[in-house]
Amino acid sequence: MVSVDSIKSILENVMDPEIPTISIVDLGIVTDIQVSPEEEIFVELTPTFSGCPALKVMEELVLEAIRNAGIDKVKVETSFRKQWNTNMISEKGRQALLKHGLAPPEKHDGYIELDVLSDVACPLCGSRNTTMQSPFGPTLCRSIHYCKNCSNAFESFKPVT
Amino acid sequence: MEFTEKHVLGLKDLLYRMSDDLLILGHRNSEWTGLGPILEEDIAFSSMAQDKIGQSLALYQILQELGENEPDVVAFMRNAEAFHSCKMVELPIGEYDFSLVRHFYFDHQSAIRMDMLKDTVVEPLQMVARKFRGEIKYHTMHADTWMKILGAGSAKGKERMQKAILENAGLALGMFELSDYEVELSESGIFAGEQALKSTWIETVSQKLESFGFNVPDWDTVTPVYGGRKGEHTADLQPLLDEMTEVFRIDPAAEW
Repeated sequence: MVSVDSIKSILENVMDPEIPTISIVDLGIVTDIQVSPEEEIFVELTPTFSGCPALKVMEELVLEAIRNAGIDKVKVETSFRKQWNTNMISEKGRQALLKHGLAPPEKHDGYIELDVLSDVACPLCGSRNTTMQSPFGPTLCRSIHYCKNCSNAFESFKPVT
Repeated sequence: MEFTEKHVLGLKDLLYRMSDDLLILGHRNSEWTGLGPILEEDIAFSSMAQDKIGQSLALYQILQELGENEPDVVAFMRNAEAFHSCKMVELPIGEYDFSLVRHFYFDHQSAIRMDMLKDTVVEPLQMVARKFRGEIKYHTMHADTWMKILGAGSAKGKERMQKAILENAGLALGMFELSDYEVELSESGIFAGEQALKSTWIETVSQKLESFGFNVPDWDTVTPVYGGRKGEHTADLQPLLDEMTEVFRIDPAAEW
């Protein structure tokens, strides 16, 4: 029996192609799952960033995962209907980012000021004695920081409203 | 309210202005890839280029829903005179002072425009405007950081920035060239208009420039460089388009 929950659990095993420790569900980019009475599946994804090159890959991964579960009638769409922000990353997802060596984004209340980026907790030693080197990193969703405590450079998943 | 033909034409013009600006400036920004003065700046301009080109795609998709051609065709198969981008965005990257000042002027405009569009009656545009706001915040943050650093830096650096700020003021005002459909856009709740955008922008950038220690252009006496929004461009746009579309034109049906 196909249900929204069973599709969701399939998607919980679809990992972000750029951060293999986090699933697309925990990343918060799955914004809708529908199962019709004829068991046709509709999945809506929303991009983290408009220019994210991983999005097409993620659409294909979703199609493949659902088809591998023996379900053929699947439609995947990308939409800006519900805009992603970093508060949509689950607690499990935040831990998964840390596991990949990325500082999780600070929770925000709709406003982000420069200060939020200036004392990010170092994912290696936990110190907040850090400084932002650049708001732009190796991918659109990351910023580059330096930890003055353990003298390591690190990346953070930057907060987005 | 029911949209008339003129409302739709106005909306299309607005979308073309925004998307063409983003596509062209995105490509110009990408020309810093590999050439940035320091590695972080190289990455910053490349990332902003990627954001802008992604944003232009989302806007071209809205245009497609309104009956225009598909995004690849619109982006790659029009000649310069069909572009609604302002003249400022098409100019070569020049020296870093020019690229930074253009970045500062353009991205504050972009941030304010998206702010004005976050409650537009055009639902798909409302959604992307809300999306872009979060992304552009990092662009304006980056621009402000460097304007501030250079405003407080060496005399030579400050002098070059000051010169670029004043010399490019007219190009910046060219961003706000009026549309033929200002009345239709504002009466329908699509967009409050270029004039309103310009006023907020002047207030914002003037206040910032002053706080960074720069002299603010005397906006009332600056002559805006218009034409871009009506398809009149400098000699720099067509070569950019030719370069941008070189591979596409060799084999438009190629699979990537």
